[in-house]
Amino acid sequence: MVSDAAWELFWSSLWPLVSGAITGTIPLALISFALGLVLALFVALMRLSRNKVLSSIARGYISVIRGTPLLVQLFIIFYGLPSLGLTINPWPSAIIAFSLNVGGYAAEVIRAAILSVHKGQWEAAYTIGMSRARALRRIILPQAARVSVPPLSNTFISLVKDTSLASVILVTEMFRVAQRIAAFSQEFMLVYIQAALIYWVICLVLSSGQSVLEKRLDRYVAQ
Amino acid sequence: MSPSDPAPAEDPDVLLTVTGLHKAFGRHDVLRGIDLSVRRGKVLVLIGPSGSGKTTVLRSINGLEIPDAGVVTAPDGIRVDYSANPPRKDILAMRDRTAMVFQHNNLFPHMTVLENIIEGPVQVKGIGKAAATADAVALLDRVGLAEKRDVYPFQLSGGQAQRVGIVRALALKPQLLLFDEPTSALDPELVGEVLAVMKELADEGWTMVVVTHEIAFARQVADEILFMDDGVIVERGTPREIFTAPKQERTKQFLHRILSPLD
Repeated sequence: MVSDAAWELFWSSLWPLVSGAITGTIPLALISFALGLVLALFVALMRLSRNKVLSSIARGYISVIRGTPLLVQLFIIFYGLPSLGLTINPWPSAIIAFSLNVGGYAAEVIRAAILSVHKGQWEAAYTIGMSRARALRRIILPQAARVSVPPLSNTFISLVKDTSLASVILVTEMFRVAQRIAAFSQEFMLVYIQAALIYWVICLVLSSGQSVLEKRLDRYVAQ
Repeated sequence: MSPSDPAPAEDPDVLLTVTGLHKAFGRHDVLRGIDLSVRRGKVLVLIGPSGSGKTTVLRSINGLEIPDAGVVTAPDGIRVDYSANPPRKDILAMRDRTAMVFQHNNLFPHMTVLENIIEGPVQVKGIGKAAATADAVALLDRVGLAEKRDVYPFQLSGGQAQRVGIVRALALKPQLLLFDEPTSALDPELVGEVLAVMKELADEGWTMVVVTHEIAFARQVADEILFMDDGVIVERGTPREIFTAPKQERTKQFLHRILSPLD
């Protein structure tokens, strides 16, 4: 039986939580994902490069990002760097940490997607006179994009949930709002389940966005 | 003429010369000294068993394959010297003169038929989209595929896709058309429609280098035939010379195998 007081708390905390998602969680995820994707593309190209130095740097970067916890990466940037004289505010710290993280994971996705495009596509692009860069941009990446939508959607959905970690470096996103309400009201179960539901709804919306995007990109593939 | 001689005096009627082509994949020598030339408006057909190196010769002309040694030249001083790590711009200049039709059409699957055809002219040659489109539509019409302009490659039959591949090559207005076994991946009943288009092009005076197993096509369309085996040109001549009076034992054996496979 849910008490009237609990219901009242549910309704009164709904807007602060949603507002925390709109002003914190969602922009944090979107900005970090966009920056992370750009970074990932460069890292993937470095990794694919025949230049040993470039590909080793990329390989090392990916290995460190994937081999260390995101929370630890966040702490190093926010709490660690100040001891080297570099103090970064909570929001930029979070964006840097999340972008670097996405950069590492998505680089491998993009690399695999580029490699999945048949060699004949490169050759056809070359024979119509394209340079490597133009072949990549016009012919290869559009095909790689289709292949990478499902795995990159996973990365994005993970990121949305991982932004809750930013609460520990004092970024006011949804989960930090939830922690405050919970501490104040002592209704931990109710408030955290409420937060969980909102994350879930956001991810449901993203999943349906993924389906729409996949359909669109599949228009040129035999079903 | 030995391969170390300078390139032959510029004869504007010779659209392509290949001199001293060598290529090894690991310890296997695929090309062991290939020399050939193609005159304007002529059709050169390369035949020979699988692994004889004929596709590698073709791919060395436009730099899809980088041979270990050899020189490829075209008029106006275009010269790719593979013996000396050729600059990229030389290879690009050669690609600008040539266009290729592949065994597996290699159409761009994310583009419609029309987009496939105008991609090179618009993106690389800088021709306006309207002019390139008009040109593409006219070419499509000629190969009987005008109504397919807005479909994606997966909606085409193998023969149609290959004809679009030919149109994509023609749209670049190359001096030289390269065909790499254009019918080998097709179902037998689709081969004819592709060969018919190629024969028409030859009749119109396009200069072509064709790697193929289609002996009937070679006999009818070729001006010169090169029979390759094991990385060398074993025999060269007109279709009549090669098919009715082959001189070399290896040529005779090859022709016998493909013309009477059950004997």
